[in-house]
Amino acid sequence: METLAGPVFLSRLQFALTIGFHILFPTLTIGLGLYLVVVEALWLRAREELYYRMYRFWVKVFAINFAVGVVTGVVMEFQFGTNWSRFAIASANVFSPLLFFEVLTAFFLEAGFLSIMLFGWKRVRPAVHFLATCLVAGGAILSSGWIIAANSWLQTPAGFSLVGGKFMVTDFVAAILNPSFFIRLSHMLLACFETSVFAIAGISAYFLLKGVEVPFYRRSMGVALLMAAILAPLQVYVGDTSGREVFGHQPAKLAAIEGHWETNKEGGAPLSLVGIPDMRDERTLFEVEIPDALSLLVTHTRNGRIPGLKEFAPQDRPNSLVVYWAFRLMAGIGFTFLFVMLWAALLWRRRQLFQSRPFLRTLVAIQPLGWLAVEMGWVTAEVGRQPWLIYNLVRTSEGTSPIPAGNVAWSLGLFVIIFLSIGGSYMYYVLKTLRVGPDLTSPIPHTHMPAGIKVLERLPGPAEGE
Amino acid sequence: MVLIDIWAALVGFAMILYVLLDGISLGVGLLFPAAANEDERTTLMATISPVWDANQTWLVFGGAAIFAAFPVLFGVLASALYIPLMTFIMGLIFRGVTFEFRSDAASKKPWDRAFFWGSLVAVLSQGIMLGGILTGIKVSGKEFGGSPLDWLNPFSVMVGIALVPGYIMLASCYLIIKTTGAIQVRAYRHAFWSTLAVLFFMAVVTVWTPYHYPLVLQHWFAPPRIYFVWCFPMLGLIATYKLLASLKAAREIAPLACAISLFLSGYFGLMTSLYPYVIPPAITVWDAAAQRETLLFILWGAIVVLPVVIGYDAYSYFVFRGKVGSGEGYYS
Repeated sequence: METLAGPVFLSRLQFALTIGFHILFPTLTIGLGLYLVVVEALWLRAREELYYRMYRFWVKVFAINFAVGVVTGVVMEFQFGTNWSRFAIASANVFSPLLFFEVLTAFFLEAGFLSIMLFGWKRVRPAVHFLATCLVAGGAILSSGWIIAANSWLQTPAGFSLVGGKFMVTDFVAAILNPSFFIRLSHMLLACFETSVFAIAGISAYFLLKGVEVPFYRRSMGVALLMAAILAPLQVYVGDTSGREVFGHQPAKLAAIEGHWETNKEGGAPLSLVGIPDMRDERTLFEVEIPDALSLLVTHTRNGRIPGLKEFAPQDRPNSLVVYWAFRLMAGIGFTFLFVMLWAALLWRRRQLFQSRPFLRTLVAIQPLGWLAVEMGWVTAEVGRQPWLIYNLVRTSEGTSPIPAGNVAWSLGLFVIIFLSIGGSYMYYVLKTLRVGPDLTSPIPHTHMPAGIKVLERLPGPAEGE
Repeated sequence: MVLIDIWAALVGFAMILYVLLDGISLGVGLLFPAAANEDERTTLMATISPVWDANQTWLVFGGAAIFAAFPVLFGVLASALYIPLMTFIMGLIFRGVTFEFRSDAASKKPWDRAFFWGSLVAVLSQGIMLGGILTGIKVSGKEFGGSPLDWLNPFSVMVGIALVPGYIMLASCYLIIKTTGAIQVRAYRHAFWSTLAVLFFMAVVTVWTPYHYPLVLQHWFAPPRIYFVWCFPMLGLIATYKLLASLKAAREIAPLACAISLFLSGYFGLMTSLYPYVIPPAITVWDAAAQRETLLFILWGAIVVLPVVIGYDAYSYFVFRGKVGSGEGYYS
């Protein structure tokens, strides 16, 4: 039985806290990495100084973010041993190689080329520098691929046989490309990209409203919104596909997300818009519903049968109240981003994209929402997986280490303090970097000065090389 | 069986590479209070800022390799050493963020402190973990069966303290290569004194270990080990002598090479004493290993990718070669 002061609950809380804090940073690393690849490609092609300045400015934010991401990530791996050693020992044959390949193929790549990306401007040729940017950004994406493969294996395990409580691998390809892998990876990557470009757009909009460095932030926002125009609709589509994947493999999770208690015997299942799922009374209070809409969404037929939560034994149900609202917050933010982009398209046609103050204010206001959506999506996926650690096979309570709760309470307390201080410092230095603003005057290293460069207008004559 | 031995060697390779590479970075952190002023500390930091992340990645690689190849070892050790392992990681967190935050900070003092204390905490807990393993870990079945503070004893604390001069020695020899002027002069002095301290602690560890772990004596004085185990202390003594001589002759590259040899002598000596036990006195490499298919799968990955990794890590060192001038811009 799980008590609030027991090692199981405390270990869960610690894992949730450490991964919930950690994921904030890779989200931006992955998205901003792609943005920097685009900006550097534009600099190399268009030879416009503005792009060089944009790169140098946004890479500072990238560097601060990357550092915090790296150090908070180390603890994730070791926690499998410190807090979840029974799980680690039982599943390692199949699960751990995915983490091993993450470090081998992705983590090393990022760490190896980051310094060239940050400090290598004077030391390498433009092509090598661009390659470094691509490898760091690509490494971040590859890394998320392995991590999502590992997490998806817990959601939809494949490629193994169970021998005496131990997982033995039978097919690594099946384990890696498990049934939910592709759709969950697409969903997560799009979330990272979307969060990052809306963050850049929001920050740029803030400075445009203040009238600071207008050409610089216009271009920064323009590139970000162009990317968002592709990402926002794509994410809504992938999110919908992801929902149907959950229905196929984890019907209890879907029922909990929708606060759907009774299986629809005749007619379609209604879609619950708002309500308060009550786990004890097995119903959803104050519900507002659209008839048949859940069946339509999930099965693409009017009367499609959707199993309700009551089909599953009470001890096998995830907490519906939590996932119901986590999911609605996430999906709501996804649609908000889509509507903002429709508005952007309208303004762009009227050539008012950079002038409309209500639009710019909206961009500023929604700037942090991407991170909230990532967190809520993760809560939906992970709380929705409960009570299972490996879906339908190993319960979360069976996976912990043989350690007393005191150990976990101690480290959990320290992590709270450390994350508050590191998170606070991170915000302080990122905001400081933004407040100082872009450096538009330092000379461009001469190895990076292409012929026929289009310089910034405010500079007196061509920028001098060193 | 051969497969398991190959993996034992690969994990050993990753661990010693981490100890040597991050030992240098951590040692620079330990030397922070000895710097004369902010400019000097900025220079110290610039010697490692392009490489620390790649260096630290060997730890994550080592961890993942142990998890994948020796899951029982991973699970038992991490549970048994919960407190020093978490403390170690927390130390690395403060050490790691300092590289970025310090360069952005107007007042560098708080981050100077975070860098030193983060490094010190990380080094002490590393040594304490090693000492804790050598004093034995209670195992029941294939699980940790002891209590949370089993690792804490005079021997493990001594090993923790011993690692401090060890990393100072590595870092000083590295700084001799990377710096000039006052910092380099000081590095020569630090290298000299820390080498003597290392020699002392190595002797203490060698004499004290069999007391906690009597099997070591059997390993040393029985064939086949008796034929070669003596060569490691010999190598250590030669390396120490050469190191002190090269410091006196104000050589630049040789001291680091000798310091690394000294570390290797201790490391190989230790491994020879332990093998095939990974958690004395209960678990051998064969008890701890993963399924054969898993070992093969990750071995192919390591064979194909690891040379590439080492290649571009070396390239990165090459790009940032040479002396660090004082006040060299962080983002140049």
